[in-house]
Amino acid sequence: MNPLRDITWAARRPGGHASGAAAWPRPRQPRLAASLLYRIQRLLMPGPFYRRLAGWLEVSTRRYGIFTATEKAAKGAIFGCRMCGQCTLPVTGYACPMTCPKQLRNGPCGGVGIDGSCEVYPGMRCVWLVAYERADQQGRVADLRRLQRPIDHRLRGQSSWVNYWQGRDDGLWTEGDDLAAPGIWRPAPPATTAGGP
Amino acid sequence: MIPAPAWPAGGRAAPGRAAPGGPGLRRRLESGEIAVTAEIGPPRGADPDAIRRKTAPLRGWVDAVNITDNQSAFVRLSNWAGSLLALAAGVEPVMQLTCRDRNRIALQSDLLSAAALGVPNVLLMTGDHPRFGDHPEAKPVFDIDSVQLLWTARTMRDEGRLMSGRRLDPPPQWLIGAVENPAAPPARFRAARLGKKVEAGAEFVQTQFVFDVAAFAQWMTEVRDLGLDQRCRVLAGVGPIRSLRALEHMSANVPGVHVPDEIARRLRRVPADQVADEGLRICVEIILQVLQVPGVRGIHVMAPGFEQGIPEILSQAGIRQREPAVPAALAPDGSGPAAGPSGPGSGHAH
Repeated sequence: MNPLRDITWAARRPGGHASGAAAWPRPRQPRLAASLLYRIQRLLMPGPFYRRLAGWLEVSTRRYGIFTATEKAAKGAIFGCRMCGQCTLPVTGYACPMTCPKQLRNGPCGGVGIDGSCEVYPGMRCVWLVAYERADQQGRVADLRRLQRPIDHRLRGQSSWVNYWQGRDDGLWTEGDDLAAPGIWRPAPPATTAGGP
Repeated sequence: MIPAPAWPAGGRAAPGRAAPGGPGLRRRLESGEIAVTAEIGPPRGADPDAIRRKTAPLRGWVDAVNITDNQSAFVRLSNWAGSLLALAAGVEPVMQLTCRDRNRIALQSDLLSAAALGVPNVLLMTGDHPRFGDHPEAKPVFDIDSVQLLWTARTMRDEGRLMSGRRLDPPPQWLIGAVENPAAPPARFRAARLGKKVEAGAEFVQTQFVFDVAAFAQWMTEVRDLGLDQRCRVLAGVGPIRSLRALEHMSANVPGVHVPDEIARRLRRVPADQVADEGLRICVEIILQVLQVPGVRGIHVMAPGFEQGIPEILSQAGIRQREPAVPAALAPDGSGPAAGPSGPGSGHAH
């Protein structure tokens, strides 16, 4: 009937687009407790050691590649990490907002079901609801009130740990009332003024 | 730096070509009177007259009409073309703009275009996912989210800059609106989420359908506690459920909408031919109740396919006809009903 539809009908079969594709993000419950992850984060705080490590990794494509693959495997298993390269987990209750089908960085959309289910995948729990509950339990709800800047899609696939240790994701979200122009986060040089001329 | 909030001073110049002579949504909100907006879905088709047919009965009854942006991810005539047709029909548009189909380049471009075309209000939202629309195989964009889009719009207008930092000359002017769903979990984060939108730039907010007035009032308490009602005007979303099928559809298919059992029971209790009337009655009751909630500055009526019935709902809720927002002279051939302005500038609910 409709030639355009004939091309796409296969994707509409149950099990096709609806549940098969791993490409689109789906809400993901983190596998580790938030309390543990906040403790681990304290061990990973940027400092001279990690900065040197990051620099050492970055001078070799091979080293950087192995490290990034490890990061991807670990964070993929725990959070469903999609390697956006600009990690926001420390301020989202260690639930990854990039697993939200709409990839919202600033909180849940208005389509969350009354039972807490995702608008797009009704059988799954909204990842932002999970983030809220985890943050609330740890007394970190204020984190969720920060404004998250738009992500820089050029960083996809990079190691967010290296970017974090190198101080490149400073300014990924606002601190307190500091509302500068929402310029994109520019990874280097760090001194670039967001949104400046 | 945080630009001064737009509301308290009330001295901001009205957007250039918008609403000459009429109150318009901005001035209605500034006046402190009850503001009324209604939702208009553009046609699925290339009929240039469809918007006029839907808006004609509303002239004189609402301050502005929302022109949706391919709502529910079903393809329709575009938001900006619909807004332009509404302007031509003599009704002020609120152009909805979602992040679903456009990246940041297209979003900023459309925002500029809206301003240049004289669209005085924009409503910025994330948008429904394509999965349940008529093109589920489409690529969902979601390059930025609603908070970031509000932030971008505010920066474009108040600082005259794009996200890239490039200067805009002249900067666009529109009233910036947002949406929120007070009924959706996590209930205790919903006011804070509006807070993020207000910080980012929202000057008014329209809510999703309110059916549970108690839950809405609780949300409003938190909104007031955060002082948000002073920086952002709250319009409560309302609408009639006119059939049992609509009730099922609303509960099952409209994201984030939950119809409480009590309302469902009321609709099921009456004979089939009276469901529509009962739905209207419930809607009027909810309007009267939400307007009693401190901090509520108006209502946003959603009645898809029943736009012609909106004046009846409003009049039953004691909201009188007001001056049309755009003089009829602007409407080509001056069609549409003569909007008899009764009680100029009034519009209080009783």
